[in-house]
Amino acid sequence: MTYGYYPGCTLKTKAKELDVYGRLAAQKLGILLEEPENWQCCGGVYPQGEDEIATKLSSVRTLAAAKEKGQDLVTLCSACHHVLKRVNLDMKNNETIRQRANNYLKLDTPYGGETEVIHYLELLRDKVGFDNLKNAVVKPLKDLRIAPYYGCLLLRPGKEMGFDDPEDPTVMEDFIRALGATPVKYSQRNECCGGYVTLENKDAAKRRASTVASSAADAGADLLITACPLCLYNLEANAGPSALPVKYFTELLAEALGVKEEL
Amino acid sequence: MSLTNKVTAEDILRISGVDASRCMQCGKCSGACPNYDEMDYHPHQFAAMVRKGKITELMESKALYQCLSCFACSQRCPRGVEPAKLIEAVRLSVIRQKGKNYMTADALPEKLDEKIPQQALVSAMRKYSK
Ligand code: SF4
Ligand code: SF4
Repeated sequence: MTYGYYPGCTLKTKAKELDVYGRLAAQKLGILLEEPENWQCCGGVYPQGEDEIATKLSSVRTLAAAKEKGQDLVTLCSACHHVLKRVNLDMKNNETIRQRANNYLKLDTPYGGETEVIHYLELLRDKVGFDNLKNAVVKPLKDLRIAPYYGCLLLRPGKEMGFDDPEDPTVMEDFIRALGATPVKYSQRNECCGGYVTLENKDAAKRRASTVASSAADAGADLLITACPLCLYNLEANAGPSALPVKYFTELLAEALGVKEEL
Repeated sequence: MSLTNKVTAEDILRISGVDASRCMQCGKCSGACPNYDEMDYHPHQFAAMVRKGKITELMESKALYQCLSCFACSQRCPRGVEPAKLIEAVRLSVIRQKGKNYMTADALPEKLDEKIPQQALVSAMRKYSK
């Protein structure tokens, strides 16, 4: 199976573990992830304004490049996934945005949202299958109680993201079970970590992060997993005394598949 | 704060693509908002005030910069109103005006620490400046 793969800027810098372990694990599962050339930053946040065109163009370029190669596009970072998925829907369903973006880009064939954007967790669930993943595990993560942190961007708005039930998701719990560990359910798993507001209002971000971390700790978790570099940062740096260890889900995946190397 | 250009309710509705007249003021959006305590105007008030054309008040609101873009309000609104888009449209109406950036790159160096991800910086620049 070959897919296009959009890492995004943070996975090349502060979040190398998310990227490298994701690639190693994919290889082990027989999946080839091909990074398009010359991709650009998605901007980190989805430009919600209907008249925001320039801020959507880098995503459209990436999506159109995947279409050219006839590939579905796999994402790892929750924020990149959110941006690419929603811009893609705009290109598919919003006539004005589609026209204006295509006017700028002057592609050989206009882009109309044809590319499928798939998050790595969806790839595991829908293409690999958790039963097959379970069979591929060589080092089950027994005795680990893991709290999956979904956050906001993979789930909401549910009717656009179509990732899982936005109020009662299960994909990360199923992932954790496939690795042989025990998922811990806690109330804050789909509430915000504080996001970029850590740069504007540190106290508010600290309140969010400590609320999430203590909710997971009270439920008996040993560790939190996430797909988002900013969630990882907030949960590590801003959670105060209630902080738990936080890891990218791909690191545990690589470990369970026996392909984890020290970075 | 003096604004260069007057912004109308129609501008906000056009930028956001939201139909604020669908709002029934149930308050579910504000009940869901994880940063409610930091805001002067809350998501349900954005919906009500856009309907009433009180855009200048909203443009002066500090809530514009406290919204986490978590989409809890939009997800949980039973009327499909998407308050997060109204807040974004008002914020855009402010920062698109000359000299009205809320945070610029000059402010970033002193906010950096060892671990802050690039994603945080690009997101903040997208949200707080034009
Ligand atoms: S949840 Fe929706 S209908 Fe209720 S107050 Fe908020 S915007 Fe209005
Ligand atoms: S998107 Fe903003 S206003 Fe809406 S619930 Fe989240 S923080 Fe509150």
